[in-house]
Amino acid sequence: MTRLLFIVPLLVFAGLAGWIAVPLLSGSDPRALPSTLIDRPAPEFALPALPGDPAGLALADLRGEVVLVNFFASWCVPCLAEHPLLTRLSREQGIRLYGVNYKDEADDARSWLDRHGNPYDRIGADRDGRVAIDWGVYGVPETFVVDAAGRIRFRHAGPLTPAQVETVLLPLIEALRR
Amino acid sequence: MTGWTRLLAAALVVLALVAPAAAVEPDERLNDPALEARARDLSKGLRCLVCQNQSIDDSNAPLARDLRLLVRERLVAGDSDAEVRAFVTDRYGDYVLLRPPLQPNTYLLWFAPPAVLLIGVAAIALFLARRRRGGEPDPLTADERRRVDALLGRAPDAEAAPRNGGR
Repeated sequence: MTRLLFIVPLLVFAGLAGWIAVPLLSGSDPRALPSTLIDRPAPEFALPALPGDPAGLALADLRGEVVLVNFFASWCVPCLAEHPLLTRLSREQGIRLYGVNYKDEADDARSWLDRHGNPYDRIGADRDGRVAIDWGVYGVPETFVVDAAGRIRFRHAGPLTPAQVETVLLPLIEALRR
Repeated sequence: MTGWTRLLAAALVVLALVAPAAAVEPDERLNDPALEARARDLSKGLRCLVCQNQSIDDSNAPLARDLRLLVRERLVAGDSDAEVRAFVTDRYGDYVLLRPPLQPNTYLLWFAPPAVLLIGVAAIALFLARRRRGGEPDPLTADERRRVDALLGRAPDAEAAPRNGGR
């Protein structure tokens, strides 16, 4: 019996090692924060349009189908990195894509969109970043999937990658559409 | 070696001059000192999500500034400290609280250190008690002595153990 006690530290160590190894080896980003808004209704908001656009963006616009909501800014370099991917999702995959222009100068945003192309169906200008705070955004870009009932089903902080779009985003949207 | 002592003295002087810097800008401060004090207190307990290991009171990140202003706005609107904290955790989760709340999913966090301490103290107490109770080990029986001698390849009478004489 006492002899078996010597195994206890080994077992404790093995347990601890396993507990640490699983998230470490799974390749998940330890800095990624879970969103508190998953499966909750998207927060109420109504944002003005960028100059030259007919309308801004409000919560009511999100209702009725599965949509992507992307927080972006012209000063944000990773936003440019994911821009071609968003363009493809919007133009080729026919996914409704809404943009929230985060803490940007209206003119800068306008010329950024003119230069790189505008993949968004509608854009709201969040000048002071308050809507972003309501959505729990802590940096741009961030991308949300909102279902037809207006509930947030997925959030990704940082630029989207093609692999992630293929393995996570598109299957999820497909499932939500059914 | 005086060069080194001088360097050390200089380093100490510099360190003495270093004060913990808060990032609160003058234009953010509230006029009411009591509210401002509460705001500072709350800000020190809220994590800056951009830097992740600084409070919003310490961080210069734009989001930290926005959150500092938000905290002050809520206070001016009449929120209690708990309501302000709830306002922020509703959006960013418990992760923003630098002092994690005591709730079922944090029991392990809060209770593991005292539990490990207790186990350690218990183990030491057990060890000491056993040693005191045990005292001197029983002398070898004649049979055991014979086996020891056989293992060590000694003649049966060469066991007048000089190495063991200390006790």
